[in-house]
Amino acid sequence: MNYQKIMMSVLILFTVTNCSETNGIFGKTGSGSDPFANISQTSLEYFSNEIGDTVLFKVNQSVIEPDYRETLNSQAEWIKENSITSVTIEGHADEQGTREYNLALGARRATAVRNYLVSKGVSESNLSVVTYGKERPLRICSEESCWSKNRRAITIIDVSSS
Amino acid sequence: MYINYKKKYNRRYSTTLNLYSLVVLFLVFFQCSLVFSQENVPELDIDVTEGVVEPIPIAFPNFITTDFSSSIIANEISKVVKNDLLKTALFRIVPQGSYISDVTSIDSPVRFADWRAINSDLLVVGDVSVVNETITIKFRLWDVVGQNEIFKGVQFKGPSNSIRRIAHKVSDLIYSGVTGEGKYFDTRIAFISERGPKNNRTKRLAIMDQDGANLTFLTDSESIVLAPRFSPDSRNILYTSYETGKPRVYLMNLINGNLRSFPELPGMTFAPRFSPDGMKIILSITENGNTDIYTLNLENNLKKRLTKNVAIDTAPSYSPDGKFIVFESDRGGNQQIYVMPSEGGKAKRISFGKGRYGTPVWSPRGDMIAFTKMYKGNFHIGVMRKDGSQERLLTKAFIDEGPTWAPNGRILMFFRETSGVNGAPSLHTIEVTGRNLRKIELSSFASDPSWSSLLK
Repeated sequence: MNYQKIMMSVLILFTVTNCSETNGIFGKTGSGSDPFANISQTSLEYFSNEIGDTVLFKVNQSVIEPDYRETLNSQAEWIKENSITSVTIEGHADEQGTREYNLALGARRATAVRNYLVSKGVSESNLSVVTYGKERPLRICSEESCWSKNRRAITIIDVSSS
Repeated sequence: MYINYKKKYNRRYSTTLNLYSLVVLFLVFFQCSLVFSQENVPELDIDVTEGVVEPIPIAFPNFITTDFSSSIIANEISKVVKNDLLKTALFRIVPQGSYISDVTSIDSPVRFADWRAINSDLLVVGDVSVVNETITIKFRLWDVVGQNEIFKGVQFKGPSNSIRRIAHKVSDLIYSGVTGEGKYFDTRIAFISERGPKNNRTKRLAIMDQDGANLTFLTDSESIVLAPRFSPDSRNILYTSYETGKPRVYLMNLINGNLRSFPELPGMTFAPRFSPDGMKIILSITENGNTDIYTLNLENNLKKRLTKNVAIDTAPSYSPDGKFIVFESDRGGNQQIYVMPSEGGKAKRISFGKGRYGTPVWSPRGDMIAFTKMYKGNFHIGVMRKDGSQERLLTKAFIDEGPTWAPNGRILMFFRETSGVNGAPSLHTIEVTGRNLRKIELSSFASDPSWSSLLK
């Protein structure tokens, strides 16, 4: 556990340092072609596009997959560094479920993200969760390629709160 | 009971909702009187419970009228009645061109041979008059084969704006008299009217007659609204709205438009239904990501938690005697149907087929439970006995969801959603036998139907 924590901290440190030196993961491609080169690291675009505001889930699951830990670690750091005090986490489901169950499932997903961020030091009182169930799909085809993008939790920053 | 709520929670609702509430006054006063006694036992008996039903031919001569304005109203009434009867698929109308007998009075003796000769099994005769804005209809239903009257001389009176309700009451008596089943035509449907693209739907709470007529909106399209549920007396509806940004349950009084929110309930609240006595609501509350089932007493505001575990427990529905609650839970690993005592306690799983089960709803007769089943990429509407036995799937589609029972427990309404980027929901009905699947034609998309009780 301690080892994991230390590793995670090192990872965060590395990520943050890396970002500040190269303007993000696309930095190595050169600033001329970097779409984020002119985006301030404190901007919402940076949060949404560079860090990533979305976590995806498996069918009927609300477990944070290992692939998304880094995203959430960065989210937590960004929220803390920018002194954001109001964050809403939306939980969503794909259309392959009943309305009520999907509302409950979306709440589970949003809460999983909230709990992760809290575990990384974000104040719980700054985070609120809302479920949309299957009411607000991002993609509208009725295939797994869309459903996989709809089973999501999105971290939304209230800019007025920083 | 509602006067205080409005004062207490009089936020911006009152202004927007009163606009809509004014048009919701659907309580029309009716008089129903039996002109003669009602003691005949029908010889002709349609069994709607099994087998293939050949529609029964019914002769439907124009209602007798003495003036032009009455004849227009009489025509409108018979149009609605015929439409009701035809949609059951249990009746067919014998074309008027073939009629041999003229009907000049509902009291004159019926020449049964004339109606048998054109292969009618049933004959409806009626008389419509309009005096001082009051419609009076007297009608009789004859069993042409048995040569007797199925019920004797019923009379309805109502205001001139109640043509369709009078007609549905006539349909109810004919349907009920012939089949022996309960009435269901004089009822309303609360539902969600939807518009716009799939990723930006606007949803409005709406109410309409069972046949799709008299559609009225109860909310604007500002907030997502979900799953209205009628109170047992059909005068109130519970629904879920994102008015505050989160899903929360509201109770709307359809008579005066008053709205009650439930600030005493924490978290996100959804999936509400009334208890059969109308005194309590049962619903899901989500706190800290966990969804459990609670009741709230509407009189004393006492909240009671009925389930307590890390599973999702939702979509509760009372048995009509109020003793049990059927609900869905993933406590066993995936979504299945459970029954527990209405005060909480040990829950018993009743669904054991392959696939996932949700949205259970107890039939008004108490004998069956309708549900949504998800299996191998399809959705089904199905029914099972209250102990889970005799599962039967009635439909199959990309998404068929959210069944609601007609008050006679013979017909289910649900919504069917088509797949793909232009996928959209519409309302359908099906008999509990699995026969007679029908789409309700509306000008917008529609989902989450709730069938009212028989109107008073």
